[in-house]
Amino acid sequence: MTAGQIRPIANSVRSGAARAVDVLNGYLARIDAREAEINAFNLVLHDEARERAEVIDAEVAAGRDPGVLAGVPIALKDNMCTRGVPTTCSSKILQDWRPPYDATVVQRLAAAGAVIVGKTNLDEFAMGSSTENSAFGPTRNPLDVTRVPGGSSGGSAAAVAAGFAAGSLGSDTGGSIRQPAALCGVVGVKPTYGTVSRLGLVAFASSLDQIGPFTTDVADAALLLEAIAGHDPGDSTSIPKPFPSLEPSLTRGVEGLRIGRITDLPGGADADVQARVDAAFDALAAAGATIVDVTIPAFTYGLTAYYLIAPAEASSNLARYDGVRYGMRVAAADTNAMYSATRSAGFGPEVRRRIMLGTYALSAGYYDAYYGKALKVRRLMAHDFDAAYADVDVVLTPASPSVAFPFGSKTSDPLAMYLCDTYTIPSNLTGHPAMSVPFGTGADGLPVGVQVLAPALGEATMFAVAAELERAAGAAQ
Amino acid sequence: MSDRITSEVVAKVARLSRLDLDDAELAAATAQLGDMLDHFADIDALDLSSVEPMTQPFALVNVMRDDVEQPTLDRDEVLLAAPDPVDGRFGVPPILGIEP
Repeated sequence: MTAGQIRPIANSVRSGAARAVDVLNGYLARIDAREAEINAFNLVLHDEARERAEVIDAEVAAGRDPGVLAGVPIALKDNMCTRGVPTTCSSKILQDWRPPYDATVVQRLAAAGAVIVGKTNLDEFAMGSSTENSAFGPTRNPLDVTRVPGGSSGGSAAAVAAGFAAGSLGSDTGGSIRQPAALCGVVGVKPTYGTVSRLGLVAFASSLDQIGPFTTDVADAALLLEAIAGHDPGDSTSIPKPFPSLEPSLTRGVEGLRIGRITDLPGGADADVQARVDAAFDALAAAGATIVDVTIPAFTYGLTAYYLIAPAEASSNLARYDGVRYGMRVAAADTNAMYSATRSAGFGPEVRRRIMLGTYALSAGYYDAYYGKALKVRRLMAHDFDAAYADVDVVLTPASPSVAFPFGSKTSDPLAMYLCDTYTIPSNLTGHPAMSVPFGTGADGLPVGVQVLAPALGEATMFAVAAELERAAGAAQ
Repeated sequence: MSDRITSEVVAKVARLSRLDLDDAELAAATAQLGDMLDHFADIDALDLSSVEPMTQPFALVNVMRDDVEQPTLDRDEVLLAAPDPVDGRFGVPPILGIEP
């Protein structure tokens, strides 16, 4: 599925040419037919979505405009709070939790007329690159059900790839939107840190987390991002500026743009993936861009910096799951024993591993050697990218080192799984935007995602390049 | 930091993390954390003496608002999610009078 869906749906619902209920029924029918096999959702909201679609149709019938996402079925990663509706983070510790408030993105989707179809599966607390760490079973890649959809937002990527939703939201802490987008053959965007409010996004690593869209084309991604972006006084890291329209970017082309090729990029990308990235450079050059070599010496050290900083922040953020105020409690004789019993029963192995790694990196005697050093490497990364962006407008890399891989192939070795994030991590450390665009296929006919990286607030240029890649990929078919 | 992490240190980290590990889990965690820290030693080669740490992508300033009452979450709705709500509060097991 490569054609955009969000724009046509919103246009036809707003004009009265289509009913939101009928649009929704088409998506629900695909969910009913294939969800048992894919497991994209922790929860499908059949009844709530139908009621909501009826409200949208009534608004249109009454002559009101429900908004830019009128009647558009959207899936939400299950780490975004929905009032009164279970929000599990795919963790046993939050299995029955119903938040008392809506995340800001949920409010914005509602204000724009969207219809929430369900909450999607993820690696527990967004920690993973395959969605195999979910307490509720893995999501399967709709393009090849013997393979992972990527992660941690694997359910959101699979939902869009399978036609279960016209678009979805994920969260990206080290690549958790871009890598599954690449593996499922859809568009995935991590905006500039602070572009989309994190209020109501269950925190993993607060200085790295950012919400963004999955869609079937670049124009839909622009529309969905515009709908959720913008300042929120409830998030102190939210950028206090209006988010600009990305519409002009979609037809701008790449004439005159300088595209960076990182000459000291860490190895590890499979040959089939690298061939598509090379083809992307060629396509952009043919469309009028100039390819410029740049170096990012710190890129190689990103993995280490990330896997110290993210667990350190997680160990602090996840201290709140103590069995006192919400979530699971395992009874014990005293409070300390209750904390440990609850957390040991409620968290899965990867979450426990990262909490311990982060606690170690922050503990007395090791703080300077690990966490403190990692923060300095983060600074080097930012310096290196700033220097590169003096010479180029965007940088191109693979989004994932490989196409979708088989289940179980990396679960026995945490480090092998972490290497999936090699090319996506730097943008989280710097806070810069990046997105994955499908650009042809690699081994076994599986999709390859090319990653476009841009400087802070460089979304307009990033989308112009992404749109050009999409045109080139379409022309090549 | 070339010394391998020991099971004693991992046991202490687990205690700090409020996680219970049995012997097999402790052994596995010690091996896995050791492998990770070996990999993370790559940054030891960098001279970082003149580099300032970076804790956030962009400079943050305190966000202030007028000191006026705002709507808050409904107490009953919040307590619906509590494992042991007691008289409008969060109930917990004893915290005093029990030997550690």
